[in-house]
Amino acid sequence: MALLEVKGLKAYYRQVQALHGIDFVLDEGSITTVLGANGAGKTTTLRAICQMVRTEGEIRFDGKDVSGMATEKVVQLGIAHVPEGRGTFVRQSVEENLQLGAYTRNNKAEIQADIERVYDYFPRLRERQKQQAGTLSGGEQQMLAIGRALMLRPRLMLLDEPSFGLAPLIVQEIYGIMRRIREHEGTSMLLVEQNANIALDLADHAYLLETGEVVMSGESHVIRDDENVRRSYLGY
Amino acid sequence: MDLFLQLTLAGLAIGSIYSCVALAVVMIYQATDHFNFAQGEMAMFSTFIAWTFLGLGLPVWVAFILAVAASFVAGVIIERVVVRPVENAPVLNQIIVFIGLLVIFNNVAGWIWEFTIKPFPSLFPEDLGFKSDLIGPHHMGVIALTLAVLLLIFLFFKFTRVGLAMRAAAANPDSARLVGISVGWMLALGWGLAAAIGAVGGILVAPIVYLEPNMMSGVLLYGFAGALLGGVSSPVGAVIGGMMVGVLENWVGHPAVSGVVGFNLNELKLTFALVLIIGVLMFKPNGLFGLTVVKRV
Repeated sequence: MALLEVKGLKAYYRQVQALHGIDFVLDEGSITTVLGANGAGKTTTLRAICQMVRTEGEIRFDGKDVSGMATEKVVQLGIAHVPEGRGTFVRQSVEENLQLGAYTRNNKAEIQADIERVYDYFPRLRERQKQQAGTLSGGEQQMLAIGRALMLRPRLMLLDEPSFGLAPLIVQEIYGIMRRIREHEGTSMLLVEQNANIALDLADHAYLLETGEVVMSGESHVIRDDENVRRSYLGY
Repeated sequence: MDLFLQLTLAGLAIGSIYSCVALAVVMIYQATDHFNFAQGEMAMFSTFIAWTFLGLGLPVWVAFILAVAASFVAGVIIERVVVRPVENAPVLNQIIVFIGLLVIFNNVAGWIWEFTIKPFPSLFPEDLGFKSDLIGPHHMGVIALTLAVLLLIFLFFKFTRVGLAMRAAAANPDSARLVGISVGWMLALGWGLAAAIGAVGGILVAPIVYLEPNMMSGVLLYGFAGALLGGVSSPVGAVIGGMMVGVLENWVGHPAVSGVVGFNLNELKLTFALVLIIGVLMFKPNGLFGLTVVKRV
């Protein structure tokens, strides 16, 4: 069943239209990736789902239209957004960042258990739990951003370029952990990437965006193996 | 030596009142990047509310607590009704709104309670059970009460879920929304807390400066000086800055110092606050405890 169903989605930054009516679906438990060049509307797509930009069209999460809702209300439905640039609370400690991730939840014992679980996925965060988040390396901040998103116990995670600005080895590590999270938690993910290769490797389905429109979609392996698509859109 | 201690302790007492105002200003500054110029007049208005409760025959502590609670509610309402609509407006519009609030509170207070000065009782008894030659009972009570209030505020921000959420909302509103925090309500709560802390300052300063609609104008200036000296990005710095300003002001104003420099500095106490503000802005804009903010362009 479709967990997320987007129909005719348009998004605007003030007067400028960034998405020109896109459609896509994401099945419960699946990973879908949105690929495209700079300015294609990938980040906007994620921001539109969280109602951080003005939108038109339908965004149904679990059957419920979220258009026009406040961002924090959308989040409370179980959508965790790992934003572009990671969005860590730099002056708060690693542990406080994780606690903030669980802001919508009340059971203290469960929250504490989940913090331990995040530390199990990302042992480096455990080592740095008392440290100010701003002092972490880029890779560690990305881990913290994903960890914070997990603290929501999300049904859907929106990930905005988790590979951005990181060394290839760190990217491998983070994608390995995302794979494990998917296996253990069954969390659905909508993944935006410029690094098409690694995203197609993880995802089940892929959509290709170009200047605010979907130009191609299909199963990841089909897209990856299509010579023409690769040359025209993915550039490798 | 006794004189020096007396001056310092009295300075600490008045300084802790400046700290309240400075902290209120800094709390709002952290969330909005603006100084609330009306903070002093809001505190004055709160003090008049307490005075009204006193007039109804309520005991002074009851009047104090009710006025602080009422100020909290009023702070929340002011944010929701007046400040929120201009949240995304240009800087100048917001500053005009703050100045407008200042004038409105000042005039409405004068209209309701008149501009004549009124005595305001101390929260603390004349006889505390012991006596000191160095510090009077009101000043002693002021230091104790403000320290207790500031400690409570600190514990609230450090250890409660809402306190953490308020810090997060002020530091990074976008990310705060993404973890499900209602940033708007956190701002309103911040205004409520700031108004309540300001009310504490107003009610504590009233027995010293007497109650009238303009009683906070000097205090607000010293509070600003304290906030800037400590660093507007640091609440703890603002508190320490407020105390320092109180002590420095008291030293500078003493006749002995005037005797040394050859003219009456006591008349120039308020000028001292302005010189301090300008000096800090020129030579140490981040204050003593503030973070250096680096902006990428």
